[in-house]
Amino acid sequence: MTVSVFIPSQLTAYTGGVTRVSAAGATVAGVLDDLDRRFPGLKFRVVDEQDRVRKHMRMFIGRDETRSVVAPIRDGDELLIFGALSGG
Amino acid sequence: MTDAIQLLVGTRKGAWIYRSDAARETWRVQGPIFLGSIISHLVLDPRDRKTLLMAAATGHLGPTIFRSTDDGETWTEAAKPPAFPKSDDADARSVDHSFWLEPGHASEPGVWWVGTSPPGLFESRDGGARWESVAGFNDNPRYWDWCPPEAGTPDGSLLNQVVIDPRDAAHMYIATSSAGVFESCDRGRTWGPLNENVEASFLPDPYPEFGQDAHFIALAPTNPDRLWQQNHCGVYRLDRPGERWERIGKAMPVEVGDIGFTITPHPRCAETAWVFPMDGTDVWPRTSPGGKPAVYRTRDAGASWERQDAGFPTEQGWFTVKRQAFCADRADPLGLYLGTTGGELWMSGDEGGSWRQIAAHLPEIYSVTAAPL
Repeated sequence: MTVSVFIPSQLTAYTGGVTRVSAAGATVAGVLDDLDRRFPGLKFRVVDEQDRVRKHMRMFIGRDETRSVVAPIRDGDELLIFGALSGG
Repeated sequence: MTDAIQLLVGTRKGAWIYRSDAARETWRVQGPIFLGSIISHLVLDPRDRKTLLMAAATGHLGPTIFRSTDDGETWTEAAKPPAFPKSDDADARSVDHSFWLEPGHASEPGVWWVGTSPPGLFESRDGGARWESVAGFNDNPRYWDWCPPEAGTPDGSLLNQVVIDPRDAAHMYIATSSAGVFESCDRGRTWGPLNENVEASFLPDPYPEFGQDAHFIALAPTNPDRLWQQNHCGVYRLDRPGERWERIGKAMPVEVGDIGFTITPHPRCAETAWVFPMDGTDVWPRTSPGGKPAVYRTRDAGASWERQDAGFPTEQGWFTVKRQAFCADRADPLGLYLGTTGGELWMSGDEGGSWRQIAAHLPEIYSVTAAPL
């Protein structure tokens, strides 16, 4: 599956400043693995070693939020990654 | 003439490097580095005097380690940052942040250790690129006794220090916020608590085998059999092979007390160390007692202490100095440096006799390390 991925500002240091990239994968984890191959280190900043989405990161498939990395991805989906409203 | 010094400063919002002239009179600043990132520790490898490692995270992103070999101009991220082994348990641990970076023994170039929150010990054998979990601690059958999940300090429970005996790479100490001090004589394969006579006033048994909050430990550089400890409950000293700590903080003035985050030994005198007391009364403000900041120095291994406050505010100075934010260089005369939660960097060029501010308006300072230029 090929999806369009929105990259938040917190991660554009990995993507050379680009906020929209294409990636392939059948699940959220697969898409993140594909991104990590091209932008090494990106996945671990978003998902921890137990495959849990980090506390202050949010991911949406289209308009539906998911915190599961095994959530399926369909061809043409859009995966949006955001930094949550937090901090200070 | 002294040596030129560089101060590596980690803050809640990035890192800065201050470099002095040979007299330590003027300082040039480099930074911010990774503005907005939480930098718990920034350390120069004393073995090659070239490699810098930085423990970083952000409010959103997970923790990682950055490495520089060009004086902090460019940084490379660890290919495999510290991470606990994958587990199917619902409460499986994940590293929230790396807190303490320790260069390995002089005989082991390229080896580094890191302590994390939640408490974890990790080792790199390739200069900080790939990190492996140290099973002897992280998978120890007693791990959950030593590091119960509910024992967190405000920023999370910590393995806040790794200390290596300069005479023996296999002889290590660690400090934790939930179980006190531990010792290993086999390079981290097995660990035992080392907390006899150290108070834990917040537990039903105030002198348990483990459960103390060891804020900071340090070996005396000229006598590695001497350990200094600034504990949550007071200042202690232990002379090995003894196992019973002595509460040397009892000799501090009663109105000041012996609560603090950190202790700094003299690099050339095993009888001398400095502490930065903070207010541990009633609700624990953790600020300078009475709003009058001061360091206290012992020159007789803790039998007595003298106040050193010249240059600090004489009133309304509500400093807090965190665990990694007080250090000494190795120049002669000795330089002492401390960073405050208010973003001020202070130094003394006369062994604490007088203090002057060398930077202000930084974010909350988490760590200050000094290294020769």
